Amino acid sequence: MAERERRLTTPRGGVFVPRVQVLSAEDVSRAITRIAHEIVERNHGLSDVVVIGLQTGGVSLARRLAQVLEEIEGTAVSAGTLDVAFYRDDIGIRPVLPEAVTDIPEDLAGRLVVLVDDVLFTGRTVRAALNALADYGRARAVQLAVMVDRGHREIPIRPDYVGKNMPTRIDEQVDVSLDGVVLGDVLAR
Amino acid sequence: MTSDQEAVAGKRRGESGTDTNSAPSVGARRHLLSVSDLGAEGIEEVLRVADAFVEVSKRDIPKVPALRGKTVVTLFVEESTRTKLSFETAAKRLSADVLSFNASSSSLKKGESLRDTVETVAAMGVDAFVVRHSAAGAPAAVARWVDTCVLNAGDGWHEHPTQALLDCCTIRQVLAERDGRAPAETGVECFKGLRVAIVGDVRHSRVARSSVLAFGALGARVTLVAPGTLLPPAVEAWPVAGVSHDLDEVLPQTDVCYLLRLQGERGAGRFLPSVREYAAAYGLNARRAATLADGALVMHPGPMNRGVEIADEVPDLPGSVILRQVANGVAVRMAVLFMLLGTPQGKSPAGAVAGLEDAWETSGA
Repeated sequence: MAERERRLTTPRGGVFVPRVQVLSAEDVSRAITRIAHEIVERNHGLSDVVVIGLQTGGVSLARRLAQVLEEIEGTAVSAGTLDVAFYRDDIGIRPVLPEAVTDIPEDLAGRLVVLVDDVLFTGRTVRAALNALADYGRARAVQLAVMVDRGHREIPIRPDYVGKNMPTRIDEQVDVSLDGVVLGDVLAR
Repeated sequence: MTSDQEAVAGKRRGESGTDTNSAPSVGARRHLLSVSDLGAEGIEEVLRVADAFVEVSKRDIPKVPALRGKTVVTLFVEESTRTKLSFETAAKRLSADVLSFNASSSSLKKGESLRDTVETVAAMGVDAFVVRHSAAGAPAAVARWVDTCVLNAGDGWHEHPTQALLDCCTIRQVLAERDGRAPAETGVECFKGLRVAIVGDVRHSRVARSSVLAFGALGARVTLVAPGTLLPPAVEAWPVAGVSHDLDEVLPQTDVCYLLRLQGERGAGRFLPSVREYAAAYGLNARRAATLADGALVMHPGPMNRGVEIADEVPDLPGSVILRQVANGVAVRMAVLFMLLGTPQGKSPAGAVAGLEDAWETSGA
């Protein structure tokens, strides 16, 4: 969700100035592979697992993660996407519009849901996602996988699987894609 | 024209709120009074958000907490079934509270003026008025009187913007489905050159006025088909490709046949020799529908006068999307309510996004 955070914390649009490349594309790929193994280990296999990426930053990571899980265990893993715009607690405080249509392929009742996002920051997106998931059925359990945990939590939420723990200043920005992780700043125009 | 002044004021506000030259989005404004307030970009934005609400409507629990704590008043001074229920369903699915106002059982009957009524309701602390009135400009007047969002749900002959938006949503959805694509992928390119015939009582139709503006803004070629007496005065000024008095000649070159209700309550009957003669010349029946272009859609804003502008069998033909229009109406009204009530004033999400995209280009990232 870093993409959305960055767009909307500066409503007039800022300039993202990359400073440090923290992870390379290979590092991101290795982190996804490790997380996949952790998921299989923790849950004793992949029965009932559904991988759901948060729009927009978590979607490509979730898709990749589902692929790797399939390669490891040799079984099909369903993947979906979730947009939490209608569940945010800052509606009316800053502009929040959906980025894309939610696509959850099946009933989540009794399933084990792995939520995937690029950056874990305040935790508010994840809170919204948990509320949204509840409308799709009562999942057996929900686990959270993020590529970067940058700290600064505002509500008590913790990840189950982390690509990289990365202490940041609150005014910095983290850009995550399959091509790597970049730390930078947003300058007002 | 009040709505024009509103539009100009809205544009200024939009420009000062963002650094972009793009048309103001719905989120940047307080009211939805006319389709002309939106422009092509605004319409596209509404359609994009509406797609997300189409998904919400398909869920087992079709309700989201987005507008919790907001109060929406449906102020319908003129009668309505689908628009009122559609707006109320939309507001409830957004978790807003709905106050329903019925003119016939209100103090308007005791002689209270519309202004006093509106100000009284506003004093109770509401966030949006959805206004239907038989007088053109009534919603714009309400917007001047009170400090809340106002949505035009049909004013006299003037406009019915949410109807035009749900028509666009339906056309885009059906055409995208045929291509096997998601509506969002097609953008609004499916409207470019789309041949739309708007048939019937154009003179008295607010739906026609809004739809002509919306279809025109998106690049469709609109032809009005009506007897001369049921065409509006100054039709030359309308942004349409043509005007015809011969339905049979137009149908083979039509991708979307949009039928309008003959508005008896506005005296449409006085403009015709007889309703039977009108039905014979301008009513769509199965025989005429068969001459439409391949895969053409038949649309009607409702309520239908079966046997007048639309024959009994036509709503059940495969090309008819009339009930789908109603279903999409809820999603589109959810989108409009969410965009007006869920966004802080003066900040346009579209502007923010557009601004960022510029930023990415200039920073080379």
